[in-house]
Amino acid sequence: MLDDQTALVTGASRGIGKAIALELAKSGANVVVNYSGSQAKAEEVVEEIKAIGRDAIAIQANVSNSDDVQAMIKQTVEQFGSVDILVNNAGITRDNLLMRMKEEEFDDVIDTNLKGVFNCIKGVTRQMMKQRGGKIVNVASIVGVMGNPGQVNYVAAKSGVIGMTKSVAKELASRHVNVNAVAPGFIATDMTDDLTEEQKQQMHDMIPLDRLGDPEDVARVVRFLASEDSKYMTGQTLHVDGGMVM
Amino acid sequence: MADVLDRVKNIIVERLDVDESKVTENASFKDDLEADSLDVVELVMELEDEFDLEISDEDAEKINTVGDAVNYINSNQ
Repeated sequence: MLDDQTALVTGASRGIGKAIALELAKSGANVVVNYSGSQAKAEEVVEEIKAIGRDAIAIQANVSNSDDVQAMIKQTVEQFGSVDILVNNAGITRDNLLMRMKEEEFDDVIDTNLKGVFNCIKGVTRQMMKQRGGKIVNVASIVGVMGNPGQVNYVAAKSGVIGMTKSVAKELASRHVNVNAVAPGFIATDMTDDLTEEQKQQMHDMIPLDRLGDPEDVARVVRFLASEDSKYMTGQTLHVDGGMVM
Repeated sequence: MADVLDRVKNIIVERLDVDESKVTENASFKDDLEADSLDVVELVMELEDEFDLEISDEDAEKINTVGDAVNYINSNQ
């Protein structure tokens, strides 16, 4: 389905990003596994992709740094000759109540989760315009739609990503670049492991499909948005949340 | 090697699908050649490839006419 396409997945060393990288590889794509700090884990993902029979490399880059991002995209094109799919998945949390949140906690999350998406999109746009096409999939979050106490920084960034998805979709539609987003709900990953049992139970109670999501639940929807099956969709945000927000 | 103006003209004719007679030095991409902003960005990218240049965003914003492009290339090669 994605045979011989090149996919760049940010924050792909673990969690949802890792599941996306593996899913795209299973569908035939060669994958650039971007990571910020976890080199060993990123290399494991690369090995798993090679075991599937696709090519992969790990590239270290902090997405909030535009020079890092430029270098990563240059290396991707040198290695694989194209960038057909960009998945903006890298993200961090610095949760705190508004009243206690430090400016630094706000800035860190905005820099990585919002500006990082801008940097990566801007970085691949030139290549995709030259190729006369491409797929950009942004990993937002359901809290960007519904809000969440203790996460003003994260929610602001994720809402921003949903808005950015719509604007970029309009700008690049005439160049056959599709730009969509997924908004995962409560997915079991390292990021959600930090929540208390009580918080988890509360979220569980809000999910009509009555279970937490797996990273693979999100990855399959990303694969759809990265494929020609969704070629008549752009600017959309698909909720992958077990029906939590309708 | 063809004259810079001719090479620029060829790229514009092909990219914007306009009649060559309209591509004069004073022709404005947006006003006379019906290019939108994204067309101009793409055009600048192609000029970079054709002439092996890197045109900064600041400089690219000043390129509004065919003559602007030719002058930029002549003074930066």
